[in-house]
Amino acid sequence: MLEKRSLWPYLWLGIGVLIFAFPIYITVIGSTHDISTIGRGDVPLLPGGHGVENYSAAWAGGAGRFTTTPAAVMLVNSLLMAVLIAAGKIAISLTSAYAVVFFRFPFRMLAFWLIFITLMLPVEVRIIPTFQVMVNLDMTNSMAGLVVPLIASATATLLFRQFFLTIPPEYVEAAKIDGAGPMRFFKDVVLPLSVTNIAALFVILFIYGWNQYLWPLLIVNDRSLETIVVGLTKMIGTGDAQNEWNVIMATAVMALLPPVAVVVLMQRWFIKGLVETEK
Amino acid sequence: MATLNVAGVTKRFGTTQVLHGIDLDVTDGEMIVIVGASGCGKSTLLRIVAGLETATTGSIRIEERDVTALEPAERDVAMVFQNYALYPHMTVFQNMAYGLKIRGRSPEDIRRRVAEAAGMLEIQHLLERRPRQLSGGQRQRVAMGRAIVRDPKLFLFDEPLSNLDAKLRVTMRAEIKRLQRRLGVTSLFVTHDQVEAMTLGDRLVVMHQGRAAQIATPMEIWSHPADTYVAGFIGSPSMNFLPGVMEAGAVRLETGLLLPVSAPLADGHKVTLGIRPEHLLIGNGGLTLAVELLEPLGGETVVHGKLDNGTTVVAKVPTGSVPGDTLGVILPLDKLHIFDAESGLRL
Repeated sequence: MLEKRSLWPYLWLGIGVLIFAFPIYITVIGSTHDISTIGRGDVPLLPGGHGVENYSAAWAGGAGRFTTTPAAVMLVNSLLMAVLIAAGKIAISLTSAYAVVFFRFPFRMLAFWLIFITLMLPVEVRIIPTFQVMVNLDMTNSMAGLVVPLIASATATLLFRQFFLTIPPEYVEAAKIDGAGPMRFFKDVVLPLSVTNIAALFVILFIYGWNQYLWPLLIVNDRSLETIVVGLTKMIGTGDAQNEWNVIMATAVMALLPPVAVVVLMQRWFIKGLVETEK
Repeated sequence: MATLNVAGVTKRFGTTQVLHGIDLDVTDGEMIVIVGASGCGKSTLLRIVAGLETATTGSIRIEERDVTALEPAERDVAMVFQNYALYPHMTVFQNMAYGLKIRGRSPEDIRRRVAEAAGMLEIQHLLERRPRQLSGGQRQRVAMGRAIVRDPKLFLFDEPLSNLDAKLRVTMRAEIKRLQRRLGVTSLFVTHDQVEAMTLGDRLVVMHQGRAAQIATPMEIWSHPADTYVAGFIGSPSMNFLPGVMEAGAVRLETGLLLPVSAPLADGHKVTLGIRPEHLLIGNGGLTLAVELLEPLGGETVVHGKLDNGTTVVAKVPTGSVPGDTLGVILPLDKLHIFDAESGLRL
């Protein structure tokens, strides 16, 4: 696989890294300068001396000119929402895939196809009716209102179904003879075998949840429930007012960190899982 | 330890009839081997006894208790699967203990039973390993161990040796037989391998197209096959079949040879004569084979030849005794089997 050592791969990789990393670098550097530097239109490439004050301003109070929610609150909201969405999606799709694969009941395939069809109906398409339902249920301005409409996942159900289909039917039969009921089999055999898939899906779904913009913007007016992605865009004012770019950039950097942490931590974990389990 | 009674079991998948009424009575501690070509329904029968399939009609009784409607777990049977079906994320110990754990046995009891079974199978040193760290033979032993710890009424084996290499298969075959004798557990063993069937079974069930063609001891089946299917299936190389017609109380072969084999049949009745390759003797005055192929096996050589009328005949003779392109063989009358040409049944 390894050919003669050549510089080309490194060069290409370097260019790629540069293209992806440079905007982030600008943001990180920008978050350490004072408001006037960036206000003048300068794009500094070296760190400034106002990092601590920018980050503490963002963390505690948001940008001064506009009274925004502190980043600390928004981060907690986003984290809670993303974790609930990811965990909820996994729980629901695991159980529905289990039902579709391991049980024989009338209209089983119809149920599966109904789930499958919802792939074509993401939140953005059904946003008005969904909003109406949430209003009728009096779930606006609540964490439940943020999470529940996003919690069913056809994609994850499909993925788990495909994985469950690869589990040899003899395991089910051996479990039947051992005397394990359906829930026992789920807990003792299916769940441990699915760990790597769950870990991989969690990463994807966490980031999906974290990046939600349109739905949180619509369903939540209460600023104490604001998520960081929505809050960040609200910091950027329109009209004459000067934006406090230094604080906004500090907030943006903080908004980046949790998804990055999840990717880094979970990646290690599921690679470990991939190496250790085998059918 | 228990008796097993299978009565009138049929199975239908949609419009396909897989089993056409199987009756089988197994006495306590007996090892029954169900043998047949693929698709004959032998695995289905085993799965019905296990409770993994339901019989369309008929009943299953274990130790005189009707279990036809019971779940597999309630039947107190243990099964060894072809691919072993060991849970990959559990250690050998956990795999063996799982059934006991579900039945709510105490940890000390579980440990004792697993240790005992592991000792019997000589896998004590493997208890902390995972299935993927084991060789095929070791996995096989663990699968056996998982069945033994439960101390079930019935052992069910679903072609457990077919994933092993030839040498290991012979060793494990002997071991299974020894264990089964020692534990005295009534067992059903499904296989397509006739050598396995002959060596393992106290009695064999030869299945053919969803019916039990013959149920008897291995030697009885070998020496008195019930029909041409059983005769051709058991024994290697297969029995030779020669078409003939009854003539004045004897059988006239197509080659013209008249054999004084008596059968209570009218003249002109068509029959099939069967003779095993090892029973053919070299000599003149019988049949003349045009030799096509020699397969030396060491002390013996298998000769594939053809008669004048094109019938293939196989003979097993001492090596070095084939003179040339032709071989004369005689058919000892006491080794001949006569079957009805139409029904294939033994006469």
